[in-house]
Amino acid sequence: MAETKTKTVRFEISRQDTPDSDPYIEVFELDYRPNMNVISALMEIRRNPVTVDGKTTTPISWDMNCLEEVCGACSMVINGKPRQSCTALIDQLEQPIRLSPMRTFPVVRDLQVDRSRMFDSLKKVKAWIPIDGTYNLGPGPRMPEKKRQWAYELSKCMTCGVCLEACPNVNSSSDFIGPSALSQVRLFNAHPTGEMNRSDRLNAIMGDGGLANCGNSQNCVQSCPKGIPLTTSIASLNRDTTLQSFRNFFGSDQV
Amino acid sequence: MAQNREFGNRKLHSLLGVVPIGLFLIFHLTVNYMATKGADTFNAAVHLIEFTPIKIVVEFVVIYLPLIFHAVYGIYIAFTAKNNLGRFNFFRNWMFFLQRVSGIITLIFLIWHVYTTRIQAALGAEVNFDMMATIFSSPFMIVFYIVGLLSTVFHFANGLWSFSVSWGLTVSPKSQKIMTYITLVVFLVLSYIGLRAIFAFV
Repeated sequence: MAETKTKTVRFEISRQDTPDSDPYIEVFELDYRPNMNVISALMEIRRNPVTVDGKTTTPISWDMNCLEEVCGACSMVINGKPRQSCTALIDQLEQPIRLSPMRTFPVVRDLQVDRSRMFDSLKKVKAWIPIDGTYNLGPGPRMPEKKRQWAYELSKCMTCGVCLEACPNVNSSSDFIGPSALSQVRLFNAHPTGEMNRSDRLNAIMGDGGLANCGNSQNCVQSCPKGIPLTTSIASLNRDTTLQSFRNFFGSDQV
Repeated sequence: MAQNREFGNRKLHSLLGVVPIGLFLIFHLTVNYMATKGADTFNAAVHLIEFTPIKIVVEFVVIYLPLIFHAVYGIYIAFTAKNNLGRFNFFRNWMFFLQRVSGIITLIFLIWHVYTTRIQAALGAEVNFDMMATIFSSPFMIVFYIVGLLSTVFHFANGLWSFSVSWGLTVSPKSQKIMTYITLVVFLVLSYIGLRAIFAFV
């Protein structure tokens, strides 16, 4: 009583050969296997890159690394929503499964994008804690446990780019750095040692393309795969930068 | 600071929308409401405003200059957004979109409204109950004013919500949610006051 037709999974994938060429769609159909995810399907296509029409094509290019949703590299738009392809389980997706790159970023090829702007933003906002001195500075101040608990949530950011893809104010006509880098400012300003450079970070996000570009659509917090309270970070930074702007204008003894 | 104007401009844009423009809107709608108590009450209220000391200076400082900055910078903000409601069908994303749409509608309405009232007054027409009653004699103008009023009041109420976020007054999700309800009440109350006034002239 063998089934005459095996269960299949259909993919409509946006392809793009070079950063400047026009995208086009190719359709693939794979045999269903239990517990498939989008990445294992893409690997299957790479093994046998034949479209549903029987045409042999080039393997699909995409980014991936950790395969457990902590590195952020494999983000792409799956059925209209930006998310990680490693945790996109075929059993939970509506078919045909439509894959396209996150076009907020420059497309390198197929589903692979260049997220450099996010890493540049982290540099711009000084998302680190300077601890170097010309002598041993000793241990830093302790962090209250309650603060550590919420700050830990912010540290889950993996720079995946989903919040930038979701944000209506991050696009080719705006230079908004986006929610993720802003939330990192709150994280490092919350740290007892990082706090010593808080005004440097606040002044950085008060520059062009900074915090004030947020239009409060709050898509970021709805889309973040790590559930980071991005809009709370933004509102909290709004309060901090408001006070910082007064300090800058009137002068202050605060760091 | 010369090249870092954006932070200041955005903050100014947000502030001007509430003070003085928002306050003026409430004042204006309150005066309009006098029309519901009859033509004489309305004319007396209008007459009182005409005796504002250095009226033309007050008008420029409190209304025209803030409004022009808010409008010009607002158009820039509205057209740098790339709306994505199709993919992100969330309540706040709708508010984001409607804030920009209502801003544009309000601007179109205000240009017409200022032309038919204040500029006509400058050219010698007298602003009184009859002037408004003449405008509202056309059904199209009634619809146009209702759309303009609702759009203006929505833009103000929702703008009050984003003002409180942009200035760091409401930080936590709960405070922002409470503010959503407060601004909803603001929208309903001001809409009621404005609509009552419009129908008083009809």
